[in-house]
Amino acid sequence: MTDTTLSSQESIFTSTAKDWSSDMTTFKGVPWGKAMMWIFLLSDTFIFTCFLVGYMVMRMTVTEPWPVASEVFALTVWGVSVPLLLIAIMTFILITSSGTMAMAVNMGYQRRKWAVFWLMVATAALGASFVGMQCFEWPKLILEGVRPWYNPMGAPQFGSIFFMVTGFHGLHVSVGVAYLLIVAIRVVRGKYDHTNFEIVEITGLYWHFVDLFVVRTEA
Amino acid sequence: MATVEVPYQETVPLHHPKTWIGKYIFSQDHKIIAVQYGVTAMAVGLVALILSEFMRLQIAFPGWEWMDFFTADHYYQAITMHGMIMVIYLLTAFLLGAFGNFCIPLMCGARDMVFPFVNMLSYWVYLLSVIILMVSYFVPGGPTGAGWTLYPPQTITAGTPGHDWGIATMLISLAVFIVAFTMGGLNYITTILQARTRGLTLMRMPLTVWGIFIATFLGLVAFPALFVSAVMMLLDNFLGTSFFMPAIVSLGEKLQYSGGQPLLFQHLFWFFGHPEVYIVALPAFGVVSDLISVHARKNIFGYRMMVWAIVAIGALSLIVWAHHMYVAGMHPSFGYFFATTTLIIAVPTALKVYNWILTLWRANIRITVPMLFALAFVLTFIVGGITGLFLGNVIIDIPLSDTYFVVAHFHMVMGVSPILAIFGGIYHWYPKLTGRMLNDTIGRIHFYFTFIGTYAIYFPMHYLGFIGVPRRYYETGISDFYPQTAHDLNVFITVAALIVGASQVLFIVNLVHSYFNGKKAPANPWGANSLEWCTPETPPRHGNWEDQLPTVHRWAYDFGVPGEEKDHVPQTVPRRKAS
Repeated sequence: MTDTTLSSQESIFTSTAKDWSSDMTTFKGVPWGKAMMWIFLLSDTFIFTCFLVGYMVMRMTVTEPWPVASEVFALTVWGVSVPLLLIAIMTFILITSSGTMAMAVNMGYQRRKWAVFWLMVATAALGASFVGMQCFEWPKLILEGVRPWYNPMGAPQFGSIFFMVTGFHGLHVSVGVAYLLIVAIRVVRGKYDHTNFEIVEITGLYWHFVDLFVVRTEA
Repeated sequence: MATVEVPYQETVPLHHPKTWIGKYIFSQDHKIIAVQYGVTAMAVGLVALILSEFMRLQIAFPGWEWMDFFTADHYYQAITMHGMIMVIYLLTAFLLGAFGNFCIPLMCGARDMVFPFVNMLSYWVYLLSVIILMVSYFVPGGPTGAGWTLYPPQTITAGTPGHDWGIATMLISLAVFIVAFTMGGLNYITTILQARTRGLTLMRMPLTVWGIFIATFLGLVAFPALFVSAVMMLLDNFLGTSFFMPAIVSLGEKLQYSGGQPLLFQHLFWFFGHPEVYIVALPAFGVVSDLISVHARKNIFGYRMMVWAIVAIGALSLIVWAHHMYVAGMHPSFGYFFATTTLIIAVPTALKVYNWILTLWRANIRITVPMLFALAFVLTFIVGGITGLFLGNVIIDIPLSDTYFVVAHFHMVMGVSPILAIFGGIYHWYPKLTGRMLNDTIGRIHFYFTFIGTYAIYFPMHYLGFIGVPRRYYETGISDFYPQTAHDLNVFITVAALIVGASQVLFIVNLVHSYFNGKKAPANPWGANSLEWCTPETPPRHGNWEDQLPTVHRWAYDFGVPGEEKDHVPQTVPRRKAS
């Protein structure tokens, strides 16, 4: 009696230690692809972190004034300038897409292939619209005179960092959209029928990661 | 404890190629990929070796008319390419790409890497990065001559050779290499964590696998910093951004840059650069631990300590990078922090050295060729490590910065030592890889030339450094205030370097000759215990094992166990019931 209660309430330290000292697999029940994706995301996190460290250093060390982000990214709606509106919309879109992705993962484990397909397509569409809005944001800044090497509002590094980091993030989103569509099509074609549809979750991991970084990047 | 679980791998069908090209060129077999990595790395390493011989000739005989074609620009380009090729395209690629690919699946009892296709891509992308690097010799202006550290602003300002095209090919090649490494590295880590065979716990893995495991992890967190600095420098060079470029006057002209931070590059570079030292050193530690244990017929002393030392060195190596920057103009208290962490690394490292020596203590040592190289590694690593204690201290480092003392230190600790470990590993695993033994006599000659020769090269350099001979100088010119002995020593070093370089031909001849004419190798010529020597066939076929994966019952170091009839007990032999 006491034994069963003890094992069911086994502390997280004991169970982690057991997993790490066991044979065959360290992360029990985790498919290879999922483990690999987590490790890749760890590595990718370091890339984004290094970019953001670069941003931090630039911002601390430049002598010219740094533009106020809320004014630069303001949109004029019906004659009223709303600060950060564009970024707010873009962030909202990507976070919504995380929601649809989570639903797709859930449907995947229920083996409802068409639901998975449409939710993933919806996620991809939201992602594509995010990239589309970047295509709106970039020319807007370029028309205002911001270049990677020049910025009429102050420090040129503002332009450099902005185009580099959002460009890199946009690349991640675009790759993610392609990845989502490929997986969605392969799901309905039955390529994963013999599995548990972990691939949907793996794609989801990547997608959530990309979303997480929009928050870090735009902040 | 009986396991009823079936390893996932036994349920996955293996990809079997049908064509010759699928088997040997675009192969997904980890052993073939290991050979591809190894041959490419050795080929590009030979290029770097030849470059270094040119540099040595120039240093010993400045103004010699036969060396007229070798201008100052060529000298700086040779320095840069030699450093970058040796550190990244040879050592990293060989230790992780070749040894990693060969050892991990065999030693973990796996059929292959978890994603063989990605593994294959990893090699081909690596080859692409090597080709891009070599292309830099054919672009206008030639390869970059900025030194392997590529410090801005001089890297991309006029006057440095290859400041426009050469640096672009270098940076792009590095970025491509990082992509290749990431694909391989993800495979190595996932295979080690998730695809071990029955009974193989992490604490039963051979130390080679541990070393490669932690080194790969370091690579995955350190290479991003290099990737980012490469991207930022490319933008600085081609889009005119000012990440690393301050307002600067070059050749009497004010450049358009302003407000950049050259120190940022140095921090990013060394955040990669220092772990890189351990990316190279940790697999070498692992290989040498196994070689010493096997050829001394004794279990490795303090296995658990060895594992934790590898983990501790890996963790510490991420917080010591700024000891490369004491003279860069950092805040002094920063220097003290980094000096402290640097010296703390000496603790786990010394622990490893003591454990190697205690493994040899009263052991039944067999002086085979792999053992010679392993012993040479320990010796060389001690020498290089101890000079590291000098350079890790701010106050001693400052006068020694940019002298030959530094050159001697890093060549001993991360040039010669890992190369000795690589040679030892090749002599050790060649029979398993090809089914033939290497020629023992040629191997010994190669060893003595290499080992004694490298000491003849690098020992005098310590002295040159102490009397203040600066590194990277094409010729001393009007700053020549050194005694004649310094010049004589330089001639001596160059002669030694030429002999060592030439003796490597013996090694290549041995590899090729033995592949066709070598003695047939038995399945377990050294009497080792780890899983790669238990394969049903030698060389192991595609898929490595029979229908069932092997079962591991013990660690890899059961040598001379009392009561056993043989002096070694392979990992697959069940433990006897306690009597």
